[in-house]
Amino acid sequence: MAESSGRTLGGPAGWISILIPAGLFLWFAQFIPAVAAGEVLLWRFNWVPSLGVSVGMLLDGLSLTFALLITGIGALVTLYSASYLGGHTHYTRFVCYLLAFMAGMLGLVLSDNLLALFVFWEITTISSYLLIGFNADEEKSRRNALQALLVTGTGGLAFLAGIVLIGTAAGTFELSEIEGSLVDHALYLPIFWLVILGAFTKSAQVPFHFWLPNAMAAPTPVSAYLHSATMVKGGVYLLARMNPTLGGSDIWFWTLVIFGGVTAVFASLLAIRQTDIKQVLAYTTLMALGTLVMFIGVGTEAAILGAMTFLLVHSLYKAALFLMIGVVDHGTGTREATVLRGLWRKMPVTMVAAMLAAASMAGLPPLFGFIGKEFLYKASLEGPALFWVTGCAFAASALMFACAGVVAWRPFTGKLAKTPVEAHEGPVAMLAGPLLLAALGLGLGLAPNYAEPLVGPATTAVLGAPYAVDLYLFKEVNVAFILSLLTFAAGLALYAWHVRLRTALAHFKPRFDPGWDGLMGAVAAGSKGLTRTIQTGQLRRYIFVTFASLAVVVGYAIWRGGLALEIPEMQELRAKHWSVLIFIMAGALLTAFTNSRMTAVAALGVVGVGVALIFIMFGAPDVAITQLLVEVLQVVLVAVAMLKLPQLNTERVNRLRAWDLALSIAIGAMITVVLLAVMQAPLDLRLTEFFEATSAPIAFGRNIVNVILVDFRALDTFGEIAVVVIAALGAFALLRGTKGERS
Amino acid sequence: MTTTSLIVRAATRILVGLLLVFSFYMLLRGHNEPGGGFIGGLVGATGFILYAIAHGCRAAREALRVEPQSIAMVGLGIALLAGVMAYLFGDAPFTGQWLFLWPDPAAGDKGVPLSNILIFDVGVYLVVLGSVLTLVLTLEEEV
Amino acid sequence: MELFIPLMVGAMVAAAVYLMLARNVLRFLFGLILISNAANLVIFASGGLTPEAPPLVALGETLPPEGVANALPQALVLTAIVIGFGLFAFALVLVYRGYQNLGTLYSDEMRLAEPEEHK
Repeated sequence: MAESSGRTLGGPAGWISILIPAGLFLWFAQFIPAVAAGEVLLWRFNWVPSLGVSVGMLLDGLSLTFALLITGIGALVTLYSASYLGGHTHYTRFVCYLLAFMAGMLGLVLSDNLLALFVFWEITTISSYLLIGFNADEEKSRRNALQALLVTGTGGLAFLAGIVLIGTAAGTFELSEIEGSLVDHALYLPIFWLVILGAFTKSAQVPFHFWLPNAMAAPTPVSAYLHSATMVKGGVYLLARMNPTLGGSDIWFWTLVIFGGVTAVFASLLAIRQTDIKQVLAYTTLMALGTLVMFIGVGTEAAILGAMTFLLVHSLYKAALFLMIGVVDHGTGTREATVLRGLWRKMPVTMVAAMLAAASMAGLPPLFGFIGKEFLYKASLEGPALFWVTGCAFAASALMFACAGVVAWRPFTGKLAKTPVEAHEGPVAMLAGPLLLAALGLGLGLAPNYAEPLVGPATTAVLGAPYAVDLYLFKEVNVAFILSLLTFAAGLALYAWHVRLRTALAHFKPRFDPGWDGLMGAVAAGSKGLTRTIQTGQLRRYIFVTFASLAVVVGYAIWRGGLALEIPEMQELRAKHWSVLIFIMAGALLTAFTNSRMTAVAALGVVGVGVALIFIMFGAPDVAITQLLVEVLQVVLVAVAMLKLPQLNTERVNRLRAWDLALSIAIGAMITVVLLAVMQAPLDLRLTEFFEATSAPIAFGRNIVNVILVDFRALDTFGEIAVVVIAALGAFALLRGTKGERS
Repeated sequence: MTTTSLIVRAATRILVGLLLVFSFYMLLRGHNEPGGGFIGGLVGATGFILYAIAHGCRAAREALRVEPQSIAMVGLGIALLAGVMAYLFGDAPFTGQWLFLWPDPAAGDKGVPLSNILIFDVGVYLVVLGSVLTLVLTLEEEV
Repeated sequence: MELFIPLMVGAMVAAAVYLMLARNVLRFLFGLILISNAANLVIFASGGLTPEAPPLVALGETLPPEGVANALPQALVLTAIVIGFGLFAFALVLVYRGYQNLGTLYSDEMRLAEPEEHK
């Protein structure tokens, strides 16, 4: 594709996208010696001080391992993409998404603050959504992207709730400041389940696994990068990071071990069922994630060491294999295991990469994968729940062996079969990544002590206690080694019969995906029905519901509050009070029940003037003048408008609306009670006293009301006159700007 | 909407002038006695509306010389300027700044006060006047 | 004295709510005027009622006399009245324009945005 586009490695966008992760990789690499020596590096600056959100960067063994994987594999993947997608119309967009993801993922593993961690967590979710749906003109892409977004997004929300609870329980959101374990805390169970929900959705554990194979709708580099090497390990990272804080309880152990084990075995079975080799790989990724979760659950020193080693092993070989599949797809035009045969002559370099990576996946010596598997077996044999853990690990490893054969052995060996495109080798830029990663698997297998500076501090970080690591290829014949040999035998047998096994498993179709579609359909139908019920489109109905809710809430508050109201005496009232009271009440009632609009306007005028009288009676001349003037203007406006508006009731009889009346009376009565209560409550006059004391001496004004308006609270007044201008301009636009056509 | 009554027409000429003078008076005395920009603006608007009822909207607009919505916007701008002015004196926005001209302490006279507070109140006056006139005149012309 | 304003406000609010629940939007507008008046009274009364002593400082004094009315709610109500007028005017123009374009004052019949669903 690069050849056809005429751009070298995708042009500037491509170069930038390669150089950024490569540079970052080198930058992070300089910290290896310090971290290996047991240092924990911490940088920090405040972001949202009021919420206690600071952006702190925590670099210990765990985050450094992840950071190196993210940037290192990131550089190889962007190099690969520049060739694979360099000619694509939306290549630049792709690069932006990929870099956004990279930034999010780096932030996720480096954040010291849990809230910042959550923000980065969501950035990876969103960029993953954009990348899965990159081929947006395909219906399937869009649907799968949305599924991934909803599943991981839901988990993300649970995780956020968990974070808030952790903050409450631990008194801090800083990972580096959380001391000791929360296992005995009263909030432990809710925290545990919320965090587990976040981690399990992100890392695609059963029963949330179904989104990950569907995410393979994304371009191959994305599958290699997000959905095997980095993002899906976010959940694993979270569990590992939380291990010192939340680990060690029975529920932690059993939940992780059971769900992890089930995911591992279940996913391996589904993997062998596939014919699309990319799907095979997708399911083996699930298997790896399940294994990691299971061993973090086991939680012994040996188990964590095994998990951290396996994490590194898996990232290397799985990214290599995915990239290799992209080359095969590109070179032959198909990914069907039943079609691909005998490519060794046409694609020798790809074959070398594929074989090396697959050997690591199968756990063959002397590759790094062998070491990973050995250490897992060793941990499972020494740890608790021995039979379950060892059994799951064994079954998954044997099936993985068979899958390695399906993915990397069968397509390259035997007689060349006909493929949609005449088989040819891929370009150098696409071969560099898989070759380098596969070679690393071999190199670290032969010299595992080079992996110790990463695996050791990572294990220390997860355990929360120093741990000395010694990785080796082979020391003695022990149970683990014998188990490995048995794995190879079982794996070989499974591979030999894998076609028959695939046919047999063809009927085994877990209905997670149709279930998901059903759930989505039910949600859509439910909200449609709800909308139709609630949103009748009748304004009166909405207003009624609003007022009724008000009545219920206020009524409940009055009832629960047990207002001790003194019924005041009416003797103080003088004639002028009585007359205003009667005028206003009569005016209000007349407005409500008259059928003549002119009567209504007149009655409203009476009410308005009555209110102005009250303002005068209680020492508010400014307010009273304003009220009177506004009253006049209101009457003018209504009178003008009414020239063109019809009478209130031309043909319709104004029936008494009993329900409306009951609600109105209820609300009126409540307002009376509430206002009485308010007036009987003691007043806090500090502000008023301040205004009274400073109005004349400091603000040079003797009319305190006006001084408040234009001096003390001038900013508010400014906002208010702005509203007046907007209302006037809005009305002006309505009258002048739109054509008065009758529809 | 014009009225044909000769008495009303003749009376409004005098009344409108009086109302306008009164509205300025209300505006200026507002800081010490009941009054201020809101009330002054409303009184001024009432005067022009009276004129519009007697002589028609076109005559009122001609008497006004400027579009009422422009008056409102200019008023808003003046109020904003008055608020921002405090920056020049190193205070937070909308802080009062005072200048007393020709004070005579012996006679107990502080002098003629000048302030951005008064400017702000003038802005309020213009906003209320302009907005109300925009509403009423446009609606009247539409009908 | 204390029962006087709450009773009045209660009656105004009841009438306003009844008007706002009417089919005719013109009645709704009347209800809007009433309920703004009632709301202004509520704010005013919440600040305490002091008969006939406006919050003014006499010439040459630095403090207002004892027992003047609370100035703060007055300032709030004053702007509320003007804004209430702006709101009312805009609503009135809306009703007017709505009547011109839709030919009805009955809110149930205004269904341009949400047409009746045919089941």
